[in-house]
Amino acid sequence: MTQSYFVRSEMQEALPPPGQTTGIVAWARANLFSSPGNTLMTLLGFAFIAWIVPPLYDFFIARAVFTDPEQLRGAACRIEDVGACWIFVKARFQFFIYGFYPDDQIWRVNLMFVLGVILLIPLLVPKAPFTRTAALLFFLVYPVVSYFLMTGGVFGLSVVPSAEWGGLTLTLIIAFVGIIASLPIGILLALGRQSKLPAVKLFSVAFIELWRAVPLITVLFMASVMFPLFMPRGIDPDTLLRAIIGIIFFESAYMAEVVRGGLQAIPRGQYEAANALGLSKVKTMVFIILPQALKHVIPGIVNTFIALFKDTSLVSIIGIFELLRAVRSAGADPNWISPTMAVTGYVFAGFIFWVFCFGMSRYSIYMENRLHTGHKR
Amino acid sequence: MSTDMETVPHADRTKMTVSDTDVAVEINKMNKWYGDFHVLRDINLKVMRGERIVIAGPSGSGKSTLIRCINRLEEHQDGDIIVDDIELTDDLRRVDEVRREVGMVFQHFNLFPHLTVLQNLTLAPIWVRGTPKVEAEEMAMKYLERVKIPEQASKFPGQLSGGQQQRVAIARSLCMNPKIMLFDEPTSALDPEMIKEVLDVMVQLAEDGMTMLCVTHEMGFARQVANRVIFMDQGQIIEENEPEEFFSNPQHERTKLFLSQILH
Repeated sequence: MTQSYFVRSEMQEALPPPGQTTGIVAWARANLFSSPGNTLMTLLGFAFIAWIVPPLYDFFIARAVFTDPEQLRGAACRIEDVGACWIFVKARFQFFIYGFYPDDQIWRVNLMFVLGVILLIPLLVPKAPFTRTAALLFFLVYPVVSYFLMTGGVFGLSVVPSAEWGGLTLTLIIAFVGIIASLPIGILLALGRQSKLPAVKLFSVAFIELWRAVPLITVLFMASVMFPLFMPRGIDPDTLLRAIIGIIFFESAYMAEVVRGGLQAIPRGQYEAANALGLSKVKTMVFIILPQALKHVIPGIVNTFIALFKDTSLVSIIGIFELLRAVRSAGADPNWISPTMAVTGYVFAGFIFWVFCFGMSRYSIYMENRLHTGHKR
Repeated sequence: MSTDMETVPHADRTKMTVSDTDVAVEINKMNKWYGDFHVLRDINLKVMRGERIVIAGPSGSGKSTLIRCINRLEEHQDGDIIVDDIELTDDLRRVDEVRREVGMVFQHFNLFPHLTVLQNLTLAPIWVRGTPKVEAEEMAMKYLERVKIPEQASKFPGQLSGGQQQRVAIARSLCMNPKIMLFDEPTSALDPEMIKEVLDVMVQLAEDGMTMLCVTHEMGFARQVANRVIFMDQGQIIEENEPEEFFSNPQHERTKLFLSQILH
């Protein structure tokens, strides 16, 4: 009898296993070599890394001078073919941070930093307790306390004139005061520019256009050289104070325009709804318009803050020893002169600036996400 | 432009009473210009307490402008507007007084996007009326329950549907305990499904005796709720009548044309 049906009696040979879908190879295949174009870009990228990284590593780490056991100072970095002169940064570190502030008084600066950080934490971290108290202390009490801590003359603290302040401390002071003051002034100017009162409007427009049209260097020169000529004999406000006021005015003009951009983005319906509820103009601004307008322009505001932070280095041209100037003048010490010392110092200063600016940038992105209240696409 | 009677719940007219003596809004010979453009011409309107007035008309006829003049979102140049015995002039204090008594609901809701629903509702009571926060929040929850969305209190407006947002906007106005409510095309920006939930709330409000002026294209709502329909064209009130008469027996040619286009 012939069979009318068929049953396979042997297993079919197994298919080859699929290519790897996990692990480094699979990841690289999916992300780096998924197409000829991407493969080319990846190879170019690798080539660039190979070209740029070894020399950097070589200069900053392999051939760099990290220790100076024999107290050679500059001589240690004058040896042929030597890399970054880290011992210079290490030896002058205190000067870079505190400037000419007297050694035995440095605890005052440190105390100021510590107080600032303690007060900043509740302000920067959402849902931390005591936000309101911390804000009051930070914006009203802290500046006064810091001023007296730095200057002295009270509670038996010795007087340290501002000419002895310097380094990163001074950079932070200028940037902090500039940031804290330029935002509210900028907001007032932006509102003033929209005002229906001609005098207020004219003043705001004139202020903004004047300060924005002048280079900051000019402002600083005017503050340090021209300004005293107009003052009566004997009255000589502190150079640092004059520079800070110049920076505040300059940056608040920029800030005003940033804020104005935000104000223009608010639909008229928001004003109408607030009016219809009977909110006064001031309350409408404070509760409805400004919170939204400022949120819109956080990137612009932080951009201005970052610019301000870096612009503080310009005060060096009027003889104020902020971080960059401190680094430069430390390099003028004949004990330390060596081919790579200047580069090392600048890299160090640049890195410090970068850390602070990058921190501000990241924090602003975090804030934007946190304040986002609609649907996220 | 829904005209289906089904979109509007049955309204109990017996609950709606109109006062004979108590005037809510009085407008005499009011004129308004935008530059050279004459937007409102010789408007005369007397609204008694408890009236529900629907203002209809083609776009550009000045309906919205008219009700926006009542809480002075727009200034009039000529004539008088007296709201709740307060005459509207340049005096800002009077304007504020009027705005405290008059609630307004907008076509595009105009909720405050940076505040939660609850904060949207409590902001004005707290900062304009000086109501303590706890009390304001209790009242806000009461009105959120009335518009049937108490569970959305802690959300932001951007997370709600259009109909929900408009109900929040109505609740926000009610939190100020207004004597008069103005509605400026409250359902025009909504999907058909959401129109009903908003109209429900408005009917309920009418049944509670609220004085209402509504600019709307919801003719079903006009039939069910309004005690008067006003038809405007080119800045003038050209016809006003009780809803039955208005729809069945329009007098003016322009009204007939409008109704023939809007009703089907």
